[in-house]
This record gives sequence, C-alpha cells and structure tokens, in this order.
Amino acid sequence: MKFGVVVFPGSNCDQDCFYVIKDVLKRPVKYIWHEDTDLSGFDGIILPGGFSYGDYLRTGSIARFSPVMKHIADFAEKGGTVIGICNGFQILLEAGLLPGVMLRNRGLHFICKHVYIKTENNHTRFTNFYNKDQTLRIPIAHNEGNFYIDANGLEELRNNNQIVFRYCSATGEVSDRYNPNGALDNIAGIMNKKGNVLGMMPHPERSSESELGSRDGYFIFKSVIKWLDAEKIWL
Amino acid sequence: MLKAEIYITLKKTVSDPQGLTVKHALESLGYKDLADVRMGKMVVIKLNYEDKNRAEKKINEMCKKLLANPIIEDYHFKIEKEGA
Repeated sequence: MKFGVVVFPGSNCDQDCFYVIKDVLKRPVKYIWHEDTDLSGFDGIILPGGFSYGDYLRTGSIARFSPVMKHIADFAEKGGTVIGICNGFQILLEAGLLPGVMLRNRGLHFICKHVYIKTENNHTRFTNFYNKDQTLRIPIAHNEGNFYIDANGLEELRNNNQIVFRYCSATGEVSDRYNPNGALDNIAGIMNKKGNVLGMMPHPERSSESELGSRDGYFIFKSVIKWLDAEKIWL
Repeated sequence: MLKAEIYITLKKTVSDPQGLTVKHALESLGYKDLADVRMGKMVVIKLNYEDKNRAEKKINEMCKKLLANPIIEDYHFKIEKEGA
C-alpha cells in the first residue's frame, strides 16, 4: 500500500480522496483509522476534509491529539509526503506541522463554491505538473479558512517560498477582491520548510475529473506520484 | 472540589468578525456608544481536589496544550471553591 487516507471521527472527504487515488489515478490506497499507529508501507498520507470531532473548541484542535498524529509527525519528520486538505490543513496547523492558524471566515459564512487559485510555487513535489503562476479552478467548502500568522511568520513563509497557492481572479490577479475568506495575503495553501507537508483549503479531490466541472486539482496528486516515481520510492 | 472558569479571547491584534457583527447589531438596536465588542469562550472545569496551587498549574497546562491556541488567543482563569 502506498497512499493512505486518514479517517478521523467526522472526516467526510475521506471517500472522495480514496476514490480519486484508487479509481482516477489507479494507485494503491488504504484507509488509516485515527487510532492506527503503524504507518509502515505508506509513501503519501492524505488528511482529508470534514468536521473532525465536530469542529469543537477549534477546528482540528482535538483531532491533532488522535493517536495517529504522533506517527504522522514522525512520518513527516522522516520526509514522508503529507497533504492536508481543508479540515486536514486545519489539523496540520493545530499539530504544528505547518505554521499559522485558521480564523473564522471574515464574512462569517460557510463558503462552498469554485474559486481560482494561483500556483505561486511550482517547484514542489505537489505542484510540479503546473506552470508557475498557473491559475486553477477548484472548489472550497469551509467556515474557517481565514489563514492567519504573525508578521514574522508571514515573512518567513515568503522568504522560504512556502506559499504554494493564493486566491486570485480567473486571470490570475491576486487582490483582496478575490479573497473569499479574508486569509492573510490571500493564502490558500502553504507547505513546511522542508517541502514535504502541504496544507490547502481548496479541494483537489473534488476537482479531479472533468465531469465535476474542473480537473485542475488532479495534477496535485499526479505531481506527487511523479515525484515519488522520480525518487524511486514506488516499488 | 474546585471550580475553574477559563476565559479564552482573541488577541487584540487578531480581527474578530463575529464581535464586529455583534457590535453592528447592538448599534442597530440603538446602543451607539460602543467602543468595541469582542467575542470569546468560557470553559468551566470542576476538579476533584482542593489544592489551589496544583489546580492553577494544571489549568495552565490544559490551556497551553488544548484549550487556547497561543497564536491567536489569550486566556485567563479564576479558581474557586465549589460549594458543597
């Protein structure tokens, strides 16, 4: 088994992620229950969207203490590939695997719609199929996607090219007008300094087939597979 | 038994759209002289012991570990004897 999709109580995009890896990308994938502690055999781990633990207290704040999280931290520490999508991103933030935090959307609404994001950094294992500045049409669905980090943290993200995706217009203009949730600097996705952990609010698993209106998210998974292939991690 | 009341609030530097919305609502009800409205959370925890020093230490730990996110939130608490 190569890809793993973590299932927390309250995850609801786990099956979509599983389906995309298995049936669209035709790669081996297995569910990882949040109490599992053995991650051997996995090369890529996806923390899916949803409402883990009912989003109680703060989004992701309780899931991050699930038994599996300690092992995901070890996996990430060793360079394993981790993608957190939506609630998965929120969990990675709470767990300290990515810097920053999510606030409630500035408009106080749950937003569920297609948006455009710009590929700020295509020199990553998650975005090598995209061109620099390529605009992707991809859906968001969240109430807490208002990314926040202090000024030093933002500076560091910029200096290390850790900002992977920013909200933009259809033509790639990044401005507050095209910021759906108030996220600082229009940030839609970031990675860690080492470049092996990605968190993003938009849902690539919901935009991996043209039948769903956009296939722009497909290439995130495809990029990871290409990278893993090149690293000869696949058996 | 001890009772701890923990107040968790957004840091002053963090915008609070919920507070702002409530402020607008209050203003539309005629309360025009409001400087600011901030929303927060209160957590009540009852402890099965009487040692206040121990309680303070433990509540602090709980806030740091789980209850508050230090990037955006401040917390304070009071601990008192819970009546029999």
